[in-house]
Amino acid sequence: MRKSRTLNLGTGSFVLLGFAALFFLTTQTTSHGLAVFGPAHYQVIAKFDNVGDLKVGAPVSMSGVEVGRVTKIDFDSNEYKAVVLLRLNERFNKIPTDSDASIYTQGLLGGKFIGLTAGGADTYLKDGSQIDFTQSAFVLESLIGQVLASFTKQKADEQAPARADPKATEKTK
Amino acid sequence: MIGELWESLTDALEGLGSVVHFLFRLVVNTPRVLLRFSLISQQIFNSGALSLIIIMLSGLFVGMVLGLQGFQLLQRFGSEEALGTAATIGLVKELGPVVTALLFAGRAGTALASELGLMRATDQLSAMEMMAVDPIQRVVVPRFLGGVIAMPLLAGIFSVIGIYGAQLVGVQIMGVDSGSFWSQMRSAVSLSDVTEGIVKSFVFGVACSLIAVYQGYYATPTAEGVGRATTTTVVTSAVVILFLDYLITAAFL
Repeated sequence: MRKSRTLNLGTGSFVLLGFAALFFLTTQTTSHGLAVFGPAHYQVIAKFDNVGDLKVGAPVSMSGVEVGRVTKIDFDSNEYKAVVLLRLNERFNKIPTDSDASIYTQGLLGGKFIGLTAGGADTYLKDGSQIDFTQSAFVLESLIGQVLASFTKQKADEQAPARADPKATEKTK
Repeated sequence: MIGELWESLTDALEGLGSVVHFLFRLVVNTPRVLLRFSLISQQIFNSGALSLIIIMLSGLFVGMVLGLQGFQLLQRFGSEEALGTAATIGLVKELGPVVTALLFAGRAGTALASELGLMRATDQLSAMEMMAVDPIQRVVVPRFLGGVIAMPLLAGIFSVIGIYGAQLVGVQIMGVDSGSFWSQMRSAVSLSDVTEGIVKSFVFGVACSLIAVYQGYYATPTAEGVGRATTTTVVTSAVVILFLDYLITAAFL
């Protein structure tokens, strides 16, 4: 009897330790902990022209403080816009309805996140409401394209008068 | 020459077939054994709790080496903070399940194979059959299930201790910032990484336990046969684990 008691005790503590380890891995090493035993929350929608490489699970922050997470990214084939579902913590329930949502990049090459900037309305965002003012992701490639285009244009502009000038000076000579 | 080749091929196929048949017999008998859980819990103790020390020690040192090597490498790029991410992903997805399974094959697999082989050699299994006790149900299935249950838990413990070891070297000794170590890890490691590790360790648990009980159960009933069964268990387990590891990794990509 004594022996089987210590045996069961050993087995029990081993299994407990094992499950504690698995629990630690799923909740503490991943960002998933918030979603499983997350606090009360409400969901709002925001439509963007371009979400870049925004991922599900990306943080939503206000003034740099995390207030929620992106839970779903979908495509609206009527408006040709990306529909992003944001899950916001119930604690932050005083976000004005005319707040605007923009997609920012963490660091130079980091992941994307959504930043909310408070508006001035007296009504607050509720479950299911939509953020109307949105600003699309900053896509590095298109920006580089624009910069290159403006450079070549500038060069062409500089070269055109330069080519005309020598002739003019020759004529005056 | 071709005849020999053909013979060894058919031998290999026959072996594979009989392993699958054996697994089928184990699975069919599983529900009845689950009702007598004390048998299984005893085997969880034998193959799980008794492997704990070696798993924890190995996990600690593997984690510490990861911390040291990772730090040396990441320092060149000035991104020591990514150490937590690198160590955790390495441990949870690959090193945890694979090293635990290899150690498990060496510690618990050999014990299972030699125990069953010795039971076969000393006619204990035949004696059970004479008493109308099915040795598969009474002896083999509890050992198999004990291993299957113990393996994912051991791998989880290995990974956690490993992360602690990496943290010990990276943060405490090398001076990586503790906050960024944990926060970068949390934002980069996804739940599917952890799931992949758990799936791997479960599959390895089934493979290791199956090979061990199969080799033990069908061991040649001599001293030499038991020895050979033990050796074959470790060698086959190691190869099968690494092969399955590649398959599962490819499937999860």
